[in-house]
Amino acid sequence: MIKRGLVIVGGGPAGMAAAISAYENGVKDILLLERDQYLGGILNQCVHTGFGINYFKEILTGPEYAERFIEKVKNIPEIEVSLKSIVVSLLPDKTITFLKPGRLETIKAKAIIMATGCREKTREMVHIQGTRPSGIFSAGLAQKLINIEGLLPGKEIVVVGSGDIGLIMARRFTLEGAEVKAIIEIQKKTRGLLRNMVQCVEDFNIPVYFNHKISRIYGKDRVEKVSACKVDDNFNEIQGSLFEIKCDTILMSVGLIPENELIEMTGARIDGNKTSVPGIFMCGNCLKIYDLVDGVTEDSFLTGKLAADYIRVRHPSLQR
Amino acid sequence: MIKKMTCIECPKGCRLMVDVRDGKVLKVTGNECPKAELYAISEIEDPARILTSSVLGQGLILKMIPVRTDKPISKARIFDAMKEVKKIRVTVPLKFGDIIVKNFLSLGVNLIATRKAE
Repeated sequence: MIKRGLVIVGGGPAGMAAAISAYENGVKDILLLERDQYLGGILNQCVHTGFGINYFKEILTGPEYAERFIEKVKNIPEIEVSLKSIVVSLLPDKTITFLKPGRLETIKAKAIIMATGCREKTREMVHIQGTRPSGIFSAGLAQKLINIEGLLPGKEIVVVGSGDIGLIMARRFTLEGAEVKAIIEIQKKTRGLLRNMVQCVEDFNIPVYFNHKISRIYGKDRVEKVSACKVDDNFNEIQGSLFEIKCDTILMSVGLIPENELIEMTGARIDGNKTSVPGIFMCGNCLKIYDLVDGVTEDSFLTGKLAADYIRVRHPSLQR
Repeated sequence: MIKKMTCIECPKGCRLMVDVRDGKVLKVTGNECPKAELYAISEIEDPARILTSSVLGQGLILKMIPVRTDKPISKARIFDAMKEVKKIRVTVPLKFGDIIVKNFLSLGVNLIATRKAE
């Protein structure tokens, strides 16, 4: 079996910062695995501004923020980047198996950093009644379709939830010529940043319904309409408040959950940036959901150092 | 007249109280940093936003190339700008930061690529 120093799973902002930090703290053999064909992770589809104000003291778009780290990673020969590489198994002895075009590789690592990010919650997780037509997207998927694939998923949009991605996509759809008919938020106020309520919602006069929920989705093949209602403090429907909104597309922006199936395979417990398995570390959105990528970067620099310290103590031969 | 607004210069989102008289800003309070004053003045006199979008690539690795204006443009021109953005086809490789359209819509800003496209 091939033996490697540090293996990092995920080439988004967390994985890249962890790789740079581990290198700067003395690790000279780093393998960075990324399942997509590019480094950068979700930043590549976040074409809007708002990244880097804390870390770079500049206002950058997602791809610009990513580019700064991609360049840095590429200029460090000790970091080997393996793209289109999907990890399929992780064992507590730090054996990691991944699939890349044409082959399956198994590696025994001295240390592993998980930087696998998060997933969006789906319609199923918020229990909306109704049919299962096409036209229901998570906000981030719609973002990928528009910004990466150049496809417009719909023309008449209802956004469920008011997370930042939902607000940003409400603006994006509006700019693309679609009509955002409503943002429906069950809570009293937005879950997103106030600045996004201003620049994404108020700027375009998009109707927002707080204390409201979608009670049913209608449509046979494609979404045709939704019914919405006002809710009380227990999120129960207030009688007589039901109304319908005609739409062809529903965006779900109801929260994010860390993607931790691989860590679960090992049986490890998560303990801050470490886990109960010595030498397996975590950083970024798979550890906790950050509002801002700047926080992911800081967190991941810390984890890179922790992994470097671990390797230094356990495997002094791997150091420069 | 006191106008309430939320500063969008950074993720903090300071709640501003802006004293406006005859379309001019006299005083800004509620801000944690000086950026909010400039924001409030711009917001009252000529609200402007950086436009971000993506344009179609042809014959390049990326189908869509993310773009932005290098400076804010008047809010009133955002939809005109989007019409132009939709007409653009990028056929030559671009480096990150390259200008795609100089003096975009004669607004005194450039439309730049925010990602490398080979």
